[in-house]
Amino acid sequence: MNKKPKKYSVFSLIKNAFSYHENWQPAWDSPEPKKEYEAIIIGGGGHGLTTAYYLAKNHNIKNIAVIEKGWIGGGNTGRNTTIIRSNYLWDQSAALYEHALKLWEGMSQELNYNVMFSQRGVMNVAHTLHDVRELKRRWHANRLNDIDCEWLNTQQVKKFCPVINTSQNIRYPVLGATLQRRAGTARHDAVAWGYARGANAMGVDIIQNCEVTNINIKEGNVTGIETTKGLIKSKKIGVVAAGHSSVIANMVGIRLPLESRPLQALVSEPVKPIIDTVVMSNTIHAYVSQSDKGELVIGAGTDGYTSYTQRGGFNIVEDTITAVVELFPLFSRMKMLRHWGGIVDICPDASPIVSKTHINGLYFNCGWGTGGFKATPGSGWVFAHTIANDEPHALNAPFNINRFSSGELVDEHGAAAVAH
Amino acid sequence: MTAKRLKDYGKVNQDKILSFTWENKKYFGYKGDSLAASLLANNINIIGRSFKYHRPRGIMSAGVEESGALVTIGKNEYTDPNVRATSQELYEGLIASGQNAFPNVNFDLGYINNYLSRFFAAGFYYKTFMGLPPFEWGKGTKIWMIYEKLIRKAAGMGKASKMPDPDKYEHANEFCDVLIIGSGPSGIAAAVEAANNNLDVILVEQDHVIGGNLLSNSNFDFEEKKYFLQKAGIKVMTRTTAFGLYDNCVAGMIERVNDHFFLPKNNTPRQRFWTIRSKHIILSTGSLERHIAFNNNDIPGVMTVNAARHYLNRYGVLAGEKIIICTNNDSVFETSILLSKAGAKVKVFDIREKIDENTIKKLNTNNVEIEFNKAPLNIQGNKKVESIDIGIKVGNKYKKVNEEECDLVLISGGWSPVIHLLSHRGIKPKWDKENLCFLPSQSSEPITVAGSAAGIWNNDDCEASGIASGLKAANEIGIKTSDYFFPKQGGWKNPIFPLFEIKSNRSRSKSFIDFQHDVTSDDIRLAHREGFVSVEHLKRYTTLGMANDQGKMGNIIGLSIMADLLQKEISEVGTTVFRPPYTPISIGALAGRNVNKHFRPLRVTPLHDWNLENGAKMIETGLYQRPWYYPKNNEKLADAYIREASSVRKTVGLCDVTSLGKISIQGPDSTIFLNKVYSNAFAKLPINKARYGIMLRDDGLVMDDGTSWRLSENEYFMTTSTAHAAKVMLWLEELLQTRWQNLKVHVTSVSEEWAAVSIAGPKSRDTLSLCVEDPNLISNDNLPFMGLTQTKLNNGIPCRIARISFSGELAFEIYTPSDFAYNMMNILWESAKKFDGCLYGLEALGALRIEKGHVTGAELDGRVTIEDVELGKMASDKKSYIGSAMQKRGVLADKDRETLVGIFPRNKSQTFDAGTIICKKNEIKGYGIGRITSVTYSPGLGHWIGLGFIKGGYTEWKNTIVVGADPVRNKEIDLEIVSPHMFDPKGERLHG
Repeated sequence: MNKKPKKYSVFSLIKNAFSYHENWQPAWDSPEPKKEYEAIIIGGGGHGLTTAYYLAKNHNIKNIAVIEKGWIGGGNTGRNTTIIRSNYLWDQSAALYEHALKLWEGMSQELNYNVMFSQRGVMNVAHTLHDVRELKRRWHANRLNDIDCEWLNTQQVKKFCPVINTSQNIRYPVLGATLQRRAGTARHDAVAWGYARGANAMGVDIIQNCEVTNINIKEGNVTGIETTKGLIKSKKIGVVAAGHSSVIANMVGIRLPLESRPLQALVSEPVKPIIDTVVMSNTIHAYVSQSDKGELVIGAGTDGYTSYTQRGGFNIVEDTITAVVELFPLFSRMKMLRHWGGIVDICPDASPIVSKTHINGLYFNCGWGTGGFKATPGSGWVFAHTIANDEPHALNAPFNINRFSSGELVDEHGAAAVAH
Repeated sequence: MTAKRLKDYGKVNQDKILSFTWENKKYFGYKGDSLAASLLANNINIIGRSFKYHRPRGIMSAGVEESGALVTIGKNEYTDPNVRATSQELYEGLIASGQNAFPNVNFDLGYINNYLSRFFAAGFYYKTFMGLPPFEWGKGTKIWMIYEKLIRKAAGMGKASKMPDPDKYEHANEFCDVLIIGSGPSGIAAAVEAANNNLDVILVEQDHVIGGNLLSNSNFDFEEKKYFLQKAGIKVMTRTTAFGLYDNCVAGMIERVNDHFFLPKNNTPRQRFWTIRSKHIILSTGSLERHIAFNNNDIPGVMTVNAARHYLNRYGVLAGEKIIICTNNDSVFETSILLSKAGAKVKVFDIREKIDENTIKKLNTNNVEIEFNKAPLNIQGNKKVESIDIGIKVGNKYKKVNEEECDLVLISGGWSPVIHLLSHRGIKPKWDKENLCFLPSQSSEPITVAGSAAGIWNNDDCEASGIASGLKAANEIGIKTSDYFFPKQGGWKNPIFPLFEIKSNRSRSKSFIDFQHDVTSDDIRLAHREGFVSVEHLKRYTTLGMANDQGKMGNIIGLSIMADLLQKEISEVGTTVFRPPYTPISIGALAGRNVNKHFRPLRVTPLHDWNLENGAKMIETGLYQRPWYYPKNNEKLADAYIREASSVRKTVGLCDVTSLGKISIQGPDSTIFLNKVYSNAFAKLPINKARYGIMLRDDGLVMDDGTSWRLSENEYFMTTSTAHAAKVMLWLEELLQTRWQNLKVHVTSVSEEWAAVSIAGPKSRDTLSLCVEDPNLISNDNLPFMGLTQTKLNNGIPCRIARISFSGELAFEIYTPSDFAYNMMNILWESAKKFDGCLYGLEALGALRIEKGHVTGAELDGRVTIEDVELGKMASDKKSYIGSAMQKRGVLADKDRETLVGIFPRNKSQTFDAGTIICKKNEIKGYGIGRITSVTYSPGLGHWIGLGFIKGGYTEWKNTIVVGADPVRNKEIDLEIVSPHMFDPKGERLHG
């Protein structure tokens, strides 16, 4: 089933322009499911597609299906604010996210698909002495982990991001910020599409509009899944279903320590470049960047209640907007074009689960909460390793599901700009 | 296009002339005009440029669906980019200019993209810009970052001002029985019907006058109608857009209070954000006329048929002299007659084979020619329409049969009901094959859709559906009314014929679907070819429907082409979910007044003014303002806090500690309750005794610490940390409401009710003795450590006094009702001065507690166990309490955990910072073995000290030098690990 896709390049674009783009091939195929696969990935988001990709690429398992209820990249992959960074506090998280960041840096070339990873820097702003202390602690830890970071004082913040309000006469004046220059943003949809294309080229079947209705288990081993497109057998099943992981887990009687909550985001109308970096603030709960198309991309917080509706309370949007206006009074005059919600799955320690389970051949990758996008390639990379070897990679061993009973938490509360 | 203003047409005030500036030139219009109407009347064809190809864009509609005529209004800090000229009211002095063009919209260098458009097909950027051309050589993101700079410059539409927004906004709330959104025929009818049934009705309209599509009728008088509605008791809100529907019948609306003036008037806000709660919502939001995709269908001079009618009958502008109308439905005939009567030469090309004879006759008597089986094929002209090629269908493509000279092309490809607001509620619309549009599905919420938004086309039926909606709303609210019937959908004499795209025989065409984003029908085919077939993939890959109009104009055409390619029905392809807002809304309006100092509430203690009067410098802790230090003679912070802390150790100090959380716990089961909440024993706390307690979370980690005072058998007074006051209160409520409903306990936040001052130092009892009614009550015997008394100050102010110490000194906390705070502080301060006392702030408080190894929020960060902070001995092993089960699990009980320690610099003259990571001497990497959480200069010890955590704690490291690594400042210093009880380790000073 291996087929080599035609390489994308300026050359191929020009060539195809002369045939009016009529000779482009599908980026990925849409096959009917086979009866059996060596491995099945449930969930065709970024993390699921990268898992399939790295299973095929690094572990030589080619007979794989990615099963997606809707359309690939349609969940949080296509709904997030696309921030990528690795400036986490603890060694375990720093290692995992830094591994992901390194994969991001080579992703467009590796996939031959422009995911537009823009290393424009991520600034985390401090507004109180407590923020300063916490951010410095995090950045000391980053530097000691060889993760790039800088401390900017107020004047340096203003210089790096001229539109930010550094007046000391506001409610939460900017006291400084940390800056990770290698961090940035990417084109979220492209990540899903690029990995789908790459995985498909190595023989992975991408099956959309196929909902999993049950997971079959025999004597403690998985044997396959039942879907709206019939029974599909496999001895290895990786579940990467984000907010709906709990639903799948329920099918096999596993209770995941996850809370699924709406998380909202919004974009403004497109304007000419006005902010060239990513600005995040924990204290006032705001993060903002500008997409290549010109829209401001603004992230809001999670709702206080659990829910599967892909929309949240409007008060959260209001709160976020006031925070953004506090930092950027000029944005007040711009217009909001669209706001929407996604469902995020949050663990008690705000760290993910990438783990085996007590059922042989069943693996879970979930709990990425509000910050899973940045981990996309790393998450798939370690999860593929876990599935292929039936053992976690050193990078994801700390993110074992058993940590909730052992207490070995990787507490990253405060890692994201939004309250968990 | 040769447009002209007609004297006897329109509802604008042609006596009231307004001047405005377009592209730095002065023009004139009339009061009541939209900017688009004025531009049209002044024969300005090119208003904007498209996003990608920079093709000229003219006025394509007369409403909010506009995706061609987007302009920038205002100058400098008043700049508003991306404003629809079609819905911007004209006002005296308006300044408008084109955007996304250099040097201007008439002559734009970016138009070169149009010649390269062949390469810029949908999604081309995913296939290149990764490396050096032609084969994308290179590694990493460097090359992309260079491309990105150029791409970003080219992208975006208008330019935003880089100055802060000078305008004000505000929030408002309103309630009603029935909220009616849209004031067209059905909205007006619904409002009247609901009001007649004694309901409280609000009718909102995004336009500045009511009427909706009625405004395109020559005989409609909006002022008379508004007067009539207001007389019926209906609240009519114009210039107000209902932008989104939220849970529980909540509508979000933006009222543009001052956008029709040069500057806001009389200190009123620019815009007002309304939250409206109603019992029933009627959506009479109307419908939008669609374009048809054909070659060059974007040339200025192409608009919808209904737009031309609005310009004629509302604004008195006849948009062209030689008009070609292309249609697939009946809605255009009235308009074509109106245009002909107004003096234009009008010809209609109808794709259908035939229509009823009556209509044909009527058209002919009004000098309107009509031809059937014919469709628009191509527009000739570059910056404006010069002629149109008309085609007939041969096979599945169209062939040119004639060319018509014209200056205006009007298109009607059918109508799309405005169902956006219903979509916000998660209701998926259903495709109606007969009317060729998405119709609203039933909602389980009290929302009714009326008029053409429900797919009802003729005016009388729209009114009937409005009446039925009004009655239905009344009925559902509980008022008995007469029976009601909704009219059937549709209402045209001749059925509409599906015509979304006209494919010509020409090899390549540019048939636009999304006029702003330059999405063409070929882009849809490319997306299909490459597998982006689901509606969401289609949208994201081609950017169809992601422009400012959010797909109002083009989405359906795109879907129909995709359906065709997939050989499916449109109903099977589905539609994307419309997201709020319906039209873009100012970010400032959503922020309202919660900006600058009002961004978050500011909490001050009742002693705030007293503190300021006595020279306090304040600092923010949470939302609270607290005294940071009290400088004497321009002292700096560093000098002030050391002096204050020394004074406390030497004589006495007063500190405002009002910001502590205070909770009153009452009821016969209060003791049981506290005993379950705190990890240490509370079952036998005697009356008039206080106790320090630690609460854990369910997962066994420390939540908060504080004291609880037993005031009587059944009443306790709890204090919490400032930072966790609200959290603890919520937590106690949650426990009582969800887990221990049987306990007879009430908890009440009394944080605001009590003012609190800490009096600390060897002279604290002396100080206090001069202030209380009966000094005997606070003697060592009567008020031992952790004792409490409820008494009066010597001027009769009631107070509670407990002997509690955070500083390690003999100390008291004194509480009075907040209103007496000022007075209490005066008395205390007068007394303290006699003993050479001081006022001390948060910084000195910190120094004192760090010396003693007392923990606060910096240490209790939600990651530590009670053992980690060396308070494990306090935790009871005789009872069950919150967190008791989990606190001993797995690694939480490890001996190797990071544990609280005191930290000295080895070289006592050195300083260090909080946030520093502690590493082993020769292993400076990674997260290290611990961290420093709090740092101060210790007046008691004479050098810098810190609190922090280290793996294994004091016993493990007491004789080993470790390193404090501060790589951000390139600093490493040697540290000694000591017991956290750094000053007065035996606690002798506590007893005075």
